[in-house]
Amino acid sequence: MLLPWMLVVPLVWATVAVLLEGRSSALTRAVHAVGALLHVALGVALYIAIATGGPATHALGGWSAPLGIGLRADGLAATLVLLTSVITAACGAYFMVGERRAQFDGTSSTRYFWPLFWLLATALNGIWLAGDLFNLYVGLELLGLSAVGLVALGGSEASLSSALRYLMAALLGSLAYLLGVALIYAAYGTLALPALAELITREPMTQLALALMTVGLCLKTALFPLHGWLPPAHGVALTPVSALMSALVVKGSFYILFRLWFDVASVAVTPLAAQGLGALGAGAVLWGGWQALREPSLKMLVAHSTVAQLGYLFLLFPLAVGTATSAAALATQGVLLHLVAHAFAKSAMFLASGTLIASVGRGGVADLAGVGRYMPMSLFAFALAGVSLMGLPPSGGFNAKWLLLQSALASGQWVWLLVLLSGGLLTAGYVFRVLRESFLDGPAAQFTATPRAYDWIALSLAVVAIVLGLASRAPLAMMTNGLPVMGGVQ
Amino acid sequence: MSADRWYAYVGVALIALALYAFLIHTHLLRRLLAFNVMGSGTFLILVGLAQDGRGVDPVPQALVLTGIVVAVSATALAVILVRRLFATSQSTSLPEDRPA
Repeated sequence: MLLPWMLVVPLVWATVAVLLEGRSSALTRAVHAVGALLHVALGVALYIAIATGGPATHALGGWSAPLGIGLRADGLAATLVLLTSVITAACGAYFMVGERRAQFDGTSSTRYFWPLFWLLATALNGIWLAGDLFNLYVGLELLGLSAVGLVALGGSEASLSSALRYLMAALLGSLAYLLGVALIYAAYGTLALPALAELITREPMTQLALALMTVGLCLKTALFPLHGWLPPAHGVALTPVSALMSALVVKGSFYILFRLWFDVASVAVTPLAAQGLGALGAGAVLWGGWQALREPSLKMLVAHSTVAQLGYLFLLFPLAVGTATSAAALATQGVLLHLVAHAFAKSAMFLASGTLIASVGRGGVADLAGVGRYMPMSLFAFALAGVSLMGLPPSGGFNAKWLLLQSALASGQWVWLLVLLSGGLLTAGYVFRVLRESFLDGPAAQFTATPRAYDWIALSLAVVAIVLGLASRAPLAMMTNGLPVMGGVQ
Repeated sequence: MSADRWYAYVGVALIALALYAFLIHTHLLRRLLAFNVMGSGTFLILVGLAQDGRGVDPVPQALVLTGIVVAVSATALAVILVRRLFATSQSTSLPEDRPA
């Protein structure tokens, strides 16, 4: 049975990472490389097991609910576990290369990277596989705390204040979520997701609980206008940490929201609230895109882009609540594909940006002049990731937006079409702004050589985002395998 | 009104007070204290509401125990970060909250 190992392996490596502190860096690197490979291998094995054998459940230690911890994996959870293992491995490798070259110098606290990195992986797997509302809370808190720790690694005043701002938002968000859990338990006497899905009815107490949980989770997913903490936290962090944050961490709270609205409490949600979330998502797409267009710093630009891309996820709610089943199915596929494609594209974009900044020595978009000739590979990885974010064919981002477009047409909600189109234009605007600056002839600047491996890692991630556009049928079938039927006019 | 229901109402009052404090204070330690009071209020609701009229229930008590562990860890992390921030910037609030 693979499910418990997805939690045990990263947790063991987190402990080992603490014990290895101060040991030779060759030994540390070998241990973490083995751990990351094992994690990916387990992710692949779980994916294959769920793809062939269907959804699975497991009671940790043989203790069943209500006091035991139940894990469950369907197609979506298995896909996200695999996604987590691949992206964390890529970011871990990038960190290893950079640390070896002492490119993260001046930051003595990078020695805490590995314990926090593995705790982050544990928390993410815990969220994807959780079988009840309370373990989702524990996963959410562990994710928030390890992510805050990683953001603070830089040690500068900017990274400390970003980390504290992030921590305040994260704590407030998870308390709102926990309050909702308390109300749900008081009303139904259980927290197990499958049992709640049968019990929940449409009553004011449930809707209050859902509203509290939704607000808390939106704060943690940085939905506009609650996104203020995200750009500094993602923009200031070490490059591999920024990639982890934007690719995976913000998706954790969205995943809980997704399960709540469509799996657990689909009878209690209202189309009006769904339209409201969609409107905020549209606000995020436009505002995030606009901010990215005006942002002078490269990594902050990519961070604002995350705010905008997260907005697309929230278009799911108006397209899948109270609409026809066919439109809801299209929207679900589109949003899940967007989630995965964005994870690859955004991690590639952050890693490529970090490489460009390491080469130029300064972090401004305007400082990139001339870098196109010196760093073609990094810039190519950045551009490929940009293709998927813009939604140009062929890419995972294109297919995702195409599915959302189809869903908007099928449900007759034209306004979301405009959001998709203008979001794509804004994305093109800020991606081309970076490319334009890079191709300008600048003063004969001094570029620093960066490791080849940096480019290979970013390029591989960007290529996956593109390939997802050529082969999206299989992952889509996998992710929607085991999901309840959505939509249907209430 | 049962004692359990009373605990839940006290929890609501604590959360409201603490949320107010969390929003108006800029000193990070005060905001952290407000967060802890908010957490206690949530725990009172969690136990009080679940046991109201149903007798003792071990599940919410186990949940609160876990919740306390999480809150203590979060508080420890926040205190370390606030100390580091004070050491580097001589300030106990976030840059946007400082008087110009």
